[in-house]
Amino acid sequence: MEQRPFSDIAYEQFLNEEKLMGSKCKACDALFVPPKPICTKCYSSDMEWVEMKGKGKLGAFTCIAIGPPSMIAQGYNRKNPYVSGVVELEEGARVDARIDEVDGNNPESIKVGMPMTVKFLHQEGEQGPRTTLAFRPS
Amino acid sequence: MAKRRKLGRGVAIVGAGMSKFGMFPDKDTKDVFAEAFNEMLASVDKGVDPKEIEALYLGNFSNDFFVHQSHWGPIISDLIGHTPKPATRTEGACASSALALREGVFAIASGFYDMVLVGGLEEMSKRTTEEVAEGLALATVPYEGRVGFTFPGVFGAVATAYFAKYGANREHLMNVTIKSHNNAPLNPKAQFKLSIRDLMNAKAKSLEKKGIPVPEWQDEKDFLRDLKANPVVAWPMHLYDCCPISDGASCMLLVGEDIAKNFTDEPIYVAGIGQGSGRGLHSCDDMTYFEATRYAAEEAYGMSGLKPEDIQFSEVHDCFSIAELIHIEDLGFFKPGEGYKAVEEGQTRLDGPMPINTSGGLKCKGHPVGATGVSQLYEVWTQLKGKAGERQVPKKDLRIGAAHNLGGTGGTCTFTILERR
Repeated sequence: MEQRPFSDIAYEQFLNEEKLMGSKCKACDALFVPPKPICTKCYSSDMEWVEMKGKGKLGAFTCIAIGPPSMIAQGYNRKNPYVSGVVELEEGARVDARIDEVDGNNPESIKVGMPMTVKFLHQEGEQGPRTTLAFRPS
Repeated sequence: MAKRRKLGRGVAIVGAGMSKFGMFPDKDTKDVFAEAFNEMLASVDKGVDPKEIEALYLGNFSNDFFVHQSHWGPIISDLIGHTPKPATRTEGACASSALALREGVFAIASGFYDMVLVGGLEEMSKRTTEEVAEGLALATVPYEGRVGFTFPGVFGAVATAYFAKYGANREHLMNVTIKSHNNAPLNPKAQFKLSIRDLMNAKAKSLEKKGIPVPEWQDEKDFLRDLKANPVVAWPMHLYDCCPISDGASCMLLVGEDIAKNFTDEPIYVAGIGQGSGRGLHSCDDMTYFEATRYAAEEAYGMSGLKPEDIQFSEVHDCFSIAELIHIEDLGFFKPGEGYKAVEEGQTRLDGPMPINTSGGLKCKGHPVGATGVSQLYEVWTQLKGKAGERQVPKKDLRIGAAHNLGGTGGTCTFTILERR
């Protein structure tokens, strides 16, 4: 499909375009999200881009009250925690993501196993637009 | 599967020292290393001439970030009068000094050196909590930091996966905290020397003094459930699930097994040593164990010919309470999913069948990250020498102890087994 290098930079560019992309090994079908330039299962470097459907379930999460300066700058703090997590995609791969549209002050309401849908959080960064991968409850 | 490997030449530890751990506004890295070094020299039963040390291996994660100074090998070499002999820094996040020890072991096992000093250091307290969090997060996997994960956040997420898989909950994490805090008052070098009950009583007293109504905490767990006393850091990790910010240093003197008796009648031998590397949460096979720990353990057990049931006590890397539960399973002390039950039953207490973190662990002893790995082995060495005082493991014929060190979010793990023969 696309002839971009199988790199983190390309992965981030795709996120800016609201696409969650991974690399698939043409030799053994192994899937990597974010992409890898080398298949670490069979060591083929014949990869292709594949787009994820953006559906999955919550594998793990945390409600962060004490975040790094970049998150504090976005208004998150002890009274307003944000949620980060790991989502298990329908395609089988797992991704790290922000978990949005959930109540970080009420962690008991967030459940491992919850169905999730992809969402893209666009921000204006120092070096231009930047998109953070996120998921919300389906 | 780790290949079964052997050292070409046996290695013994004939001296060990560590500074007090804590936040020291009036001391710098060199001051605390000197403290550890002096204790190490005094600990060598038959004495040692420090000029005989042939090489220095020094673990440091990021004094570059914490105090804006890197390249600590020669600085410490100069401090202890070791120049112009070689000094090498190792970095493996919170496992930095366990890597220094491993390199020192290999240097002697190869026959190249007869005596090396290994150690570690970190000076973290000169930065704010937020800055330290940012500095430590440099050792997460890039994709984790990118979506806001902090260190406590990654371990918080691991805890939710563990809870979902095995049916554990926050109360089980509290058992770990309470156990470690019970050991800490017995360790004069620990940063926090109060049990949770003593902390609770002290807090009540201070509230009373200020004329603030004191909550009616029934017991330690009740205190830990109180979000005012034990606020959320990264749910389910609360304040008392997390190790503190610390300054400190540690070191050990390694020699070839064949010359060990020149320094002491009772050397402590390196029986097994293992190291593994691991992937981030999103790409590991299962979020409820650390592949690097399992690999390191397999290597160390294979080298020593020992099994988990032969280990009589162990230090494990409890940067967060959940980590201790997972490590005691990964190291084979308990079956996967049963670590939390073992802790609840008291099996890991100082007087239990498998004492874990007799030092108080990172949680109470403190965690100056680059110093931690060797400081854990200092505890094992001290126990095996029978010099642990009030916290001495009450077992007859204490011969085999171990230490597990983890760096990053499981990216670098080591497991080292020491033996008194």
